[in-house]
Amino acid sequence: MQHPAFEEVSFHHHTDDDTFYKKVKKTTILLSIITVIELAIGLIIYNIHKGESPNELLVLMFKGMVCILTLAKAYYIVSVFMHLGDEIRNMVMTIVVPLLLFIWFITAFIWDGNSYRNLRNNYDKHFQETTTPAKGHGHQDKHQDPPAGKQ
Amino acid sequence: MATTAQVHQTKWWSGGKSPFNLEYGKLMMWYFLMSDAFTFGAFLISYGTIRFSQNFWPDPNVVFNAFPGAGHANLPLAFVSVMTFILIISSVTMVLAVHAGHKNDKAGVVKWLGWTIVGGAAFLGCQAWEWHHLITGEHAVLVDGQIDLIGQTMRANPWGSLVPHESVAAALQKTPHETLVALAHQSNHALSHEQLAAMTDQQLVNTINIDALHVRSKGPVAFGGYFYGITGFHGFHVFSGVVINIVMLKMTQNNVFQNRGHYLMIEKAGLYWHFVDLVWVFVFLCFYLI
Repeated sequence: MQHPAFEEVSFHHHTDDDTFYKKVKKTTILLSIITVIELAIGLIIYNIHKGESPNELLVLMFKGMVCILTLAKAYYIVSVFMHLGDEIRNMVMTIVVPLLLFIWFITAFIWDGNSYRNLRNNYDKHFQETTTPAKGHGHQDKHQDPPAGKQ
Repeated sequence: MATTAQVHQTKWWSGGKSPFNLEYGKLMMWYFLMSDAFTFGAFLISYGTIRFSQNFWPDPNVVFNAFPGAGHANLPLAFVSVMTFILIISSVTMVLAVHAGHKNDKAGVVKWLGWTIVGGAAFLGCQAWEWHHLITGEHAVLVDGQIDLIGQTMRANPWGSLVPHESVAAALQKTPHETLVALAHQSNHALSHEQLAAMTDQQLVNTINIDALHVRSKGPVAFGGYFYGITGFHGFHVFSGVVINIVMLKMTQNNVFQNRGHYLMIEKAGLYWHFVDLVWVFVFLCFYLI
């Protein structure tokens, strides 16, 4: 006799081995490639910061790219590895729709942090003077060899 | 309807069939993971809020540049990419374990679950090394006009902006003897600790190479709390995932699932494990990449 929990499910997913292994292999390679690209961008950002006058806009653009690549990775993990892509649409929606809250969540709180910084810089000059890195310190960071420290 | 339900003593959804074509346990695992995603999301967003409220934040490539066995070599992103790949590969082996379960292939489940556990343990080992390195590694920091050696803890952050040479030279004059000995020891391995300790402060200052010292001001304290808090919470998830996988492995070996006729339990453990990998993708993004 089958266990009751098994009978609760009407249609069992049966993928044949070939399609399955192909899909897993493809996803693994995709995830690895995306990770390597992310690491490359991380190193590009590091090198831009080392330069004489870091182009903040360029850094921001690269950071945005990493965020998009991360979302792509998350999509592949959830949809292929966790099989959410194979589930019934209604079920997928009960997971995905609540997660849309994150759009507000991220925007509102990042905005709030930024506004707090601006307010403090306006009204608390001591905070601004003691925490803002002096001009020209950006390229001081170019001697970025090992920071002294014990292993 | 009622008769079929009575036969199996079931209390599930009254039709006896899941409208989502998922068994109750797996569906609830999904909802648990969704709530857990909000917990992690709240932590990471709070970190983002604090970071945006600061004028200065440490560059991750400066903080995370060590590799086990590589001494003081500057290797930004290297170790964390190893950790990331370990977790991705362990996620792949988990997919293979779940697939073996679909086919009621006990040997396959044992094999792939075993590798997943190995991957999880390896990740935890890496994290332990990283934390230990950050906490015990001491860095020269300018505090109240003198040089202090501090590690990355919950109370202090040694990764502020670089201090100009003139200030370092002035600060060295006011730095206590023991700190000078430690600083001199870093740049001069020829002399023993005792020999250095016997020198006068001025002699010690002369042996110290200011260029190699990289003295920084104190960085934002919140960095440590967020880093250890969030990676620790993730590490705890990895740890509980490894424990769950070990229980699943034991149950498989004891033929529990074989007798039950299905390996749905492995799928639930698999969902949890993939979630751990999923969270790491975002932790990796927020702490190491941007």
